[in-house]
Amino acid sequence: MSELPGDLLYTNDHEWVRREGDGSVTVGITEHAATALGDLVYVELPEVDQDVDAGGEMAVVESVKAASDVYAPIAGKVIAVNDELADDPEKINADPFGDGWIVRMELSDGLDESEMMSPDAYQQLLDELDD
Amino acid sequence: MGSKTPFYDKHIEAGARIVDFGGWDMPLHYGSQKEEHHAVRQNAGVFDVSHMTIVDLAGERVRDFLRHLVANDVAKLKDYGKALYTSMLNADGGVIDDLIIYYLGETSYRLVVNAATREKDLAWIRKQAEAFDVSVIERAELAMIAVQGPKARELAAPCIHAEYRDAALALKPFFGMEAGEWFVARTGYTGEDGWEIVMPAAEAGSAWDRLLAAGVAPSGLGARDTLRLEAAMNLYGSDMDETISPLEAGLEWTVAWEPADRDFIGRGAIEALRNSPDRQRFVGLLLEDKGVLRNHQKVVVDGVGEGEITSGGFSPTIGRSIALARVPAGDYDRAQVDVRGKLLNVRIVKTPFVRNGQVRIDV
Repeated sequence: MSELPGDLLYTNDHEWVRREGDGSVTVGITEHAATALGDLVYVELPEVDQDVDAGGEMAVVESVKAASDVYAPIAGKVIAVNDELADDPEKINADPFGDGWIVRMELSDGLDESEMMSPDAYQQLLDELDD
Repeated sequence: MGSKTPFYDKHIEAGARIVDFGGWDMPLHYGSQKEEHHAVRQNAGVFDVSHMTIVDLAGERVRDFLRHLVANDVAKLKDYGKALYTSMLNADGGVIDDLIIYYLGETSYRLVVNAATREKDLAWIRKQAEAFDVSVIERAELAMIAVQGPKARELAAPCIHAEYRDAALALKPFFGMEAGEWFVARTGYTGEDGWEIVMPAAEAGSAWDRLLAAGVAPSGLGARDTLRLEAAMNLYGSDMDETISPLEAGLEWTVAWEPADRDFIGRGAIEALRNSPDRQRFVGLLLEDKGVLRNHQKVVVDGVGEGEITSGGFSPTIGRSIALARVPAGDYDRAQVDVRGKLLNVRIVKTPFVRNGQVRIDV
């Protein structure tokens, strides 16, 4: 598996968060999650302007094998969704940290980085899963 | 760690993601389940099916035994190598397993039963065989592959020993033949042409290598499942089990009612259901809304009642979600499915969904 992008934060649910510098964040699932799910065939996206709670269901990604929830890593409001996933959900398999982004959110209370993992910490989690 | 087939090292070599399947370490896919699915529909793929259980039966009364054991009638098998698909029922008419029977002679038949049901099947067959003095020999030492797809036979033919190659290529659909220590049958579980090939384990690796070198795609259990779902072929444990009659699992075509005096196990129980107005339907569903149908989701038929999806998933060939479902009796062709709390619209369609590379339903 390729190296983790160093500018992202990660969660235990194998999601990634990118700070966009304007108080908003972009959220997606990691390459590990996409590989474990297999070929994605459908993504259910939230409505723009929808409020989400931290840990609440925000989207659903479905592969040939199974459906999996995508949780909001932080409380906030959805300000954009990746509409291209509707016709091409495999963008998530092809480029999970880039074109396969899922949701952009405006945060209610800022981002508590201590709640998330650095690339190194997430890499350590993946290494432990491999054992 | 589960049991390993003779192809295990080849799976690892080909980059397989290994999963447990009924106690066996089997390949789920080798990178992309969808690409493997398309390879089988458009060209050729090879599946390791060595985990399935081969049982050879022999004895003077083996024909009488099988006419008692299974719901279809082996008396239909008159030509050497002819195959018959059927199920073994318990006394209540529930399905113990589905299987293929190959006719190899008046006193000799070969059965292929499922992997996950191996122990109970063998125990049941042995118990029923006692009264008929039939020998029941499991052939666990053999390896088995399915080579499937429009180009499968052409690409796999060079693997067959030259002496038997022409005869193997001349096999009609649903016939098999012994080829020395090998066994080749024009059968499968994908809705495509192809062969299932049984061979000694020692020859498995070289056969695998030759197939891959010829351009046959190694294909895993994931693609096997989406292919068989498109072909509307039942999966034991999902579409039917010991609590389900073959009549409510779309398997009436595998039950031989005639002759009426053939006393197969479970006959009395399923005859009672045969003309019942309450008999559930077993149908194909096409999802008209966006989403993916999954096993165990509830089917809601307005004004009629509720049923359940027994096999649901995404059809790579159609690009939509399809399912097999058991639904209440009645004359209707639309329903809804509870998908994660939302009622989505489905249309009841005539199966198979896909056969020989062609979509067979109106999309």
